[in-house]
Amino acid sequence: MPAELTSELRKGNRLALSRVLSQIEEGSEKSVRILESLFPFTGQAHKIGITGPPGSGKSTLVNALARQLRTLESHPKVAIIAVDPTSPFSGGAILGDRVRMQDLQGDKGIFIRSMASRGALGGLAAQTEMMSQAFDAAAYEYIIIETVGAGQSEVDIVNLAHTTIVVDVPGMGDDIQSIKAGILEIADILVVNKSDQLGADQSVKHLQNMIAMGYRGLRYAGGKHRLSSAMPQKQDEIETSGWVPPVLKTVAFDGTGVDKLADEIVKHGKYLKETGLWTQKAESAITDTLRKLIQSTLYQQWRQTIPDEELEDIIIQVLQRTLHPHQAIKQLLSYNKITRN
Amino acid sequence: MPEKKIRVLVAKPGLDGHDRGAKVIARALRDDGMEVIYTGLRQTPEMIAEAALQEDVDVVGLSILSGAHNALVPQIIQELKDNGQENIVVFLGGIIPEDDIQGLLEQGVHKVYGPGTDTREVCKDIRSAVSAEA
Repeated sequence: MPAELTSELRKGNRLALSRVLSQIEEGSEKSVRILESLFPFTGQAHKIGITGPPGSGKSTLVNALARQLRTLESHPKVAIIAVDPTSPFSGGAILGDRVRMQDLQGDKGIFIRSMASRGALGGLAAQTEMMSQAFDAAAYEYIIIETVGAGQSEVDIVNLAHTTIVVDVPGMGDDIQSIKAGILEIADILVVNKSDQLGADQSVKHLQNMIAMGYRGLRYAGGKHRLSSAMPQKQDEIETSGWVPPVLKTVAFDGTGVDKLADEIVKHGKYLKETGLWTQKAESAITDTLRKLIQSTLYQQWRQTIPDEELEDIIIQVLQRTLHPHQAIKQLLSYNKITRN
Repeated sequence: MPEKKIRVLVAKPGLDGHDRGAKVIARALRDDGMEVIYTGLRQTPEMIAEAALQEDVDVVGLSILSGAHNALVPQIIQELKDNGQENIVVFLGGIIPEDDIQGLLEQGVHKVYGPGTDTREVCKDIRSAVSAEA
């Protein structure tokens, strides 16, 4: 019963929440109705994205961070969505992030959900955002989203999170790595984890230099700041109008530096709300969601207009090089009109 | 709509530190297309039930080599029931004396596996148990 699940979830029933999350993950018909009824209660949570290369200590950092956030004055409920990769061959997955989060067990104010990426490539799963809505409606104040181990371009998290934290570790490369486009420039907060290891100060310096380079052109446009959109601006304007990503050192394993990280997250949340960027980010997230939904809906509608054998026939023509994919698309899109007329 | 994935929690309750078997099983289930949540060593029954609740799994696979199965397994099954998850299918693997197996099955364990089990058999058993439950 969707209505019952919804009201139980709102009352704080964790099993109901868990079942709703499963429905959402499967993309069931029922989940669409559940999400619709939950939607008015969403928009409150502060979503924190954590991304970085495999083995950089993201899960351990999430463990320490969640514990730290629980000590805040409001004693907020904290949700964690931990995404791990799905095998491209078997479709199965091993979701092992909980192994690093054992400290959190026993605290009923924390809810950890593991999620397989199921073929999505941007570091998240297709349903991650919808799952975050369920946590939001269940009054989780902070939702920490841990991406799969990311390389250089898994940057979907920036469209979903209010605050994006990029985790780096000492010895990951020289200063050229740090000025490349991609994952580093989406950070609102940069963390050098395992900072008790050799080379930590050097990594911090590389990252600080990278930020300093972008600082002159730091600009906020369309709800996202981009270091790469280096348009020169008046110096005073820049100084009064920017969030400059701090570079923090942590040792997630023993919690060193995690209090400072939590402070910066809270500060960033306040900053977004004071500057109106919170709403702008929500707007661009909604735009992104709608775009994806329209894509999948139109695709499904189109797919129903063409019989399997017709589609196969056109694929074979492309395979035999008698038809270019562009020509194939033209035929495929007009199939319905031709047969109707 | 994507097909329903089987979600399995692989857990090691109690104090033995030998998780090779649990990892072999986790890998075999992954290769069979299931989503396996691995929680690590030295879990209490409460921790296992809590993880099963948060992950909404279809199956809990327990690996015990310490000899404490008669104490731990009934507690875990009870915790799952208390959380409203009596529908979860529980499998057990490890060093389980022949004489104990019948008792464990009566407590609600679906099947008990010993060393040398063919992992394909486990995958098949899980699939048929889950589809019977659905």
